[in-house]
Amino acid sequence: MTAIDPTAHLTDEQIEELGRELDAIRDEVIASRGEKDAAYIRKVISVQRKLELTSRGILLFSLFPPAWIIGTAGLSVAKIMDNMEIGHNILHGQWDWMRDPKIHSTTWEWDHVSPAEQWKHSHNELHHTYTNVIGKDNDLGYGIMRVDEDQKWHPMHLGQPLWNFINACFFEYGIAAYDLELGKNLHKRRRNNPEFRARARAVGRKIRKQVLKDYVIHPLLSGPSFLTTLAATFTANLVRNLWSHSVIMCGHFPEGVQTFERRSIKGETRGQWYLRQMMGSANISGSKAMHFMTGNLSHQIEHHLFPDLPSNRYAEVAVKVKALFEKYELDYVTGPLPKQVFSAWHKVFRLSLPNRKPKVKAPAKDKELVAA
Amino acid sequence: MTSAALRSRAWKLLELVTTPLLPSDYLDLVSPLRSGADLRGRIEAVHRETDDAATIVIKPGKGWRGHVAGQYVRVGIDVDGVRLWRAYSVTSPTNRADGRITITVKAIPDGKVSNHLVRKAKPGTVIQLDQATGEFVLPAAKPAKVLYLTAGSGITPAMGMLRDSRLADVVMVHSAPRKEDVIFRNDLHDLVADEALKLVELHTDTDGMLDVAELEKLVPDWAERETWACGPAGLLDAAEAHWAEHGIAERLHTERFRPTVVVAGEGGEVTFGKTGKTVEADGATPLLNVGEEAGVLMPSGCRMGICFGCVTPLKSGAVRDLRTGEITQAEDSPTAHVLVQTCVSAAAGPCELER
Repeated sequence: MTAIDPTAHLTDEQIEELGRELDAIRDEVIASRGEKDAAYIRKVISVQRKLELTSRGILLFSLFPPAWIIGTAGLSVAKIMDNMEIGHNILHGQWDWMRDPKIHSTTWEWDHVSPAEQWKHSHNELHHTYTNVIGKDNDLGYGIMRVDEDQKWHPMHLGQPLWNFINACFFEYGIAAYDLELGKNLHKRRRNNPEFRARARAVGRKIRKQVLKDYVIHPLLSGPSFLTTLAATFTANLVRNLWSHSVIMCGHFPEGVQTFERRSIKGETRGQWYLRQMMGSANISGSKAMHFMTGNLSHQIEHHLFPDLPSNRYAEVAVKVKALFEKYELDYVTGPLPKQVFSAWHKVFRLSLPNRKPKVKAPAKDKELVAA
Repeated sequence: MTSAALRSRAWKLLELVTTPLLPSDYLDLVSPLRSGADLRGRIEAVHRETDDAATIVIKPGKGWRGHVAGQYVRVGIDVDGVRLWRAYSVTSPTNRADGRITITVKAIPDGKVSNHLVRKAKPGTVIQLDQATGEFVLPAAKPAKVLYLTAGSGITPAMGMLRDSRLADVVMVHSAPRKEDVIFRNDLHDLVADEALKLVELHTDTDGMLDVAELEKLVPDWAERETWACGPAGLLDAAEAHWAEHGIAERLHTERFRPTVVVAGEGGEVTFGKTGKTVEADGATPLLNVGEEAGVLMPSGCRMGICFGCVTPLKSGAVRDLRTGEITQAEDSPTAHVLVQTCVSAAAGPCELER
């Protein structure tokens, strides 16, 4: 929540009209989904698989520095493609309309330690429904950081630049812990809850398989290149983690993104829900390649408005959405990747300390200020 | 250790390398028709039969187990990016030298798959297949006298049988609107010239519809013949009544291409438990279509209530069989689920399916 509500100039009728216009954009894409889109995702999947296989093949000879560099770079890109443009979007159900059981949100599994099933719940159901609602959307700081003035400060937040950096390096584990709601569930009473234990076991199995593949089997297959391949897969996972962490931070943390109070979403209409998604997300501007590598999450605003539209269509949707922001005089938060990453990190540093000055909005404190 | 056990060990090891994918996910990229893969086929040629019918030549994958003349095969093909399944009769003989199979498709108005196959299918396209199935076949002990009573695309299973085995005494009574609408017309006349077939060809635009009661005029010994009938519901209903009237119902074999929907009632809210989707459905739309429209992965088959490829557990609520109006209720138990055929069942009030 910022001091001034940037949507205050809109009447209820205008908000509903905005909702209808967004519905029309959505309907247009759905009506025109077809063979080209299907060919796109199949091509991306095919390229990713060939790239991963080739890179792992090259890494069998990772003792030779050029092989290590090419293999590690290829594997990093393959892992990023798997998680972002492919995994994230398929698990959103963006490709369910193809009715292909091999490319479907209920059957897909990704190269990630959090099992698809659990991630879908915490991400699709919780984060996308309660986007940026303080106390409801745990993506706001992942429960370990304070990324909005209205989140209560705690001395633990002093260390949040460090927590954020560690989380970035081991992001997939951070997400697995987050999907398990580990912080909440490790309290004694919940630890023995059979449902939690079953989910924890599923995560354990997934971690075991992932670790075995990346850090045991693949290095062993490399024979004399055991150690260098181990270092390569570790590096590829690290690169993937840092990259996806940066992209995801840019989605909701940069300056200018709005947050919302719990009570503000009671009885929310379709138009109001759309408006919250518009004000609660930020885009990244850049080249086609950049959009692709972010899994089109650079079109975060469009993704939050229409989480289940195929990602290859967000670019064309963005043009129309941006026109609506202008029509309704709303601020379309966007910027190049370095600027947005800096903005998000700046917030992480700034909010590690308690709020410096009282908020303008809070009337009680205003009075104090006057009195002082 | 046996070689099979060794192979399965090696496969397990390979799975550790490819996790979270399967080795087959990679193999499918290069060899979709290999043995061990999901059954698929590759379209090799499309031959036009009439203005609105075409024969598709398919090279089936290594896992294809062959067919019996008269059977149909389920084909899954991507139309506008969406995987759709339909059943078509196999029209090639079982002993075709090159191992290819053919299906012959007539484009029906608004038929998404049939129009795509007839007008847009391209050689080289990989399609999904199921093993051939169906009871509409010649028995192993070949009958001495046979009658094929067919109309329109109903000729396709009969053609599969005609091409497969040469029988001593075969009569076909086939109806189509005009001469140019008769699928396989040249092949049929070749068989006639070969004295392998006696053909009564009716053009309903000029000759009028066949009155089954008058069949005796066309085929005097019809009642002695083992008969296979396939065509529109009207023809089959009339044939069933006629054969029953003469007390020889067991000599008539029929195959229907579409279900006869008789009853519709109130619909309701349908929940797909696994996918977590809830949609409003009317009482006339099959649950299969309701699920597919909602993006739920619904298994499907013949879409007419015979193959049971679509059965799905009903977890709660009630559904109505569109053919009979019969209501099926979910069991009042969390484990014992009733299986329902989604292609011929519609919502009868709120219900939940496990998909």
